[in-house]
Amino acid sequence: MPIQGEYMGMMLTIDDVDQENREFFRHCAEGTFHLQKGKESGLLRYPPTTACPWTRDREYDWVPVEGKGAVHSYAEVHHPIQPAFREKVPYMVLVVDLDTQLGQPTEHEALRVAGNLLTADSEFVLPETIKSVGIGTRVRMVFTEVTEGFALPHWTIDEDAEQPENPWRYPQE
Amino acid sequence: MALQSDTDAATPKFLRGKYAICGVGETTYRRGSQESTRNLATWAINNALEDAGMTADDVDGMLDYSGNDSVFAPQVANDLGIRLNFYMDVHGGGSSTEALIGIAIGVIEAGMCKTVAIYRAMNGYSQVRIGGTGARSAVPINGDQIHHRGYGWQSAGQMFAPTFLRHMYDYGTTPEQVAHVKVAHSKHASNNPKAYYKTRYTVEDVVNSRIICKPLHLLDCCVETDNATCIIVTSIDRARDCKNAPAVIQSVAGRVCKPRGDIHLHYQHGPISTVAGHYAKDIIFPNAGVGPKDIDITGSYDAFTFTTMLQLEDYGFCEKGEGGDYVSSGAIELGGRRPNNTSGGHLCEGYTHGMNMVIENTRQLRGEVDDSCPVGPDGKKQHTYDYSEGGCRQVKGVEMSANLGWAHPGAGSAMIMAKDAR
Repeated sequence: MPIQGEYMGMMLTIDDVDQENREFFRHCAEGTFHLQKGKESGLLRYPPTTACPWTRDREYDWVPVEGKGAVHSYAEVHHPIQPAFREKVPYMVLVVDLDTQLGQPTEHEALRVAGNLLTADSEFVLPETIKSVGIGTRVRMVFTEVTEGFALPHWTIDEDAEQPENPWRYPQE
Repeated sequence: MALQSDTDAATPKFLRGKYAICGVGETTYRRGSQESTRNLATWAINNALEDAGMTADDVDGMLDYSGNDSVFAPQVANDLGIRLNFYMDVHGGGSSTEALIGIAIGVIEAGMCKTVAIYRAMNGYSQVRIGGTGARSAVPINGDQIHHRGYGWQSAGQMFAPTFLRHMYDYGTTPEQVAHVKVAHSKHASNNPKAYYKTRYTVEDVVNSRIICKPLHLLDCCVETDNATCIIVTSIDRARDCKNAPAVIQSVAGRVCKPRGDIHLHYQHGPISTVAGHYAKDIIFPNAGVGPKDIDITGSYDAFTFTTMLQLEDYGFCEKGEGGDYVSSGAIELGGRRPNNTSGGHLCEGYTHGMNMVIENTRQLRGEVDDSCPVGPDGKKQHTYDYSEGGCRQVKGVEMSANLGWAHPGAGSAMIMAKDAR
């Protein structure tokens, strides 16, 4: 049976043959971020794939990964596409460099994990909060449930981390 | 182990100058065509056949591309009475035009057919909007798509925004610099009677228009239109028998990818402000035997002002990081050192998924762009080279052009063409 749930007015579906995405989102539903770790390379990868991009190895383990990092870049949407996002604008999609495996296996490679900027309670943030977040902002992971056994990973400002004084923001506010 | 980036992807150079574009054609650029894509396709192909001085019997190959929004080749060939020796319907968008021209060369070279008509027919405004609204936003979201669409991260502008913003962060690129792309292309469109938007815009107009998705203002984004376009590819010998001068293909690159080069995977490999042209340049320039300095005009994929800036930079028309300076220097405008998208491109002429910039460069190489200049007694345009509003848009002495196709930051196609030396 496919796993299916409505989220933000969208019907999200994971087919039963899509083992990689099923496992990824199931771990999120349990509140712990997991990634595939290639058996040969020992390297983590995101998003879920069927083989290791460095060794072609199809064998892997799901391992828990700390959901912390810094914003590498972002999109700040003012004109939404999906109807349910209309009442959430502006909203941010963050592309976050995980602390884990940063700079490995090469300087240009990193686990860059996407997600919306949410509050610690997994609600969309207010516009004032958006104005405090930019490239360099320290964030930690939170989850939103779609349905049983299926949650999405998101980001919230890491209150315990030392934040950059002026994270880089698009200059035209 | 060699890195992917070190792989020599250069293809055999013996095809340089052996194939050409012999005919180009399009429908009008409209919003609300009230016609099927099938009807638009036959219209554009007929115009290209007319332009080449060919009949249905001269074409025996067909290639087209679409994303569940168009008509397939056998139907169009049926309507036009064309008997095909080869056809292929390809899934894809922006990086398809140059890639399909390369495929056409390959299948002709393989002896599979003699002449290929490539078309793209789309009701990009009235049926399936490329921007992702309407029918596209209602499509069910499955599996891998959840990792982006689940976050309200769906349209091209939303998906590319992190690349654009990171370029500003890495190199200090400003919104005003990039707005010059719209200024230049709108200037060109004002001298193109068939352009959908013919109004000239200023930098202030662009940066004061409403924000769609930072850093994109409304006027940083292209127009969505209903239209079909066609390009006919054949051998240089056949092309020389055609009605108009051939645009001779020097080299082509098709859907060249960055490492992890999928639309939602390419952020796994940086620098994310580098785009696929960084790799494609090492195919098109060596195979053509020229460098960026030898190119007189460029045709870049301007889905957004930023895409043009990034491509011109990564293909080497300026140093990496200096794209903002380059596009705001006047170089890309008519009268400048290397005009870009002289028809107005996707930002102003119409949205065709890459086709119209190749059509325009073909006409530029012939010295026959369809501006408002008078036609002389010899049937040729009497170009004035006066680029004031409503005037000429022919570039003087064009010998060589480059087209730079874009699917997303991680994938692109490209082609270099030359004026026929004969």
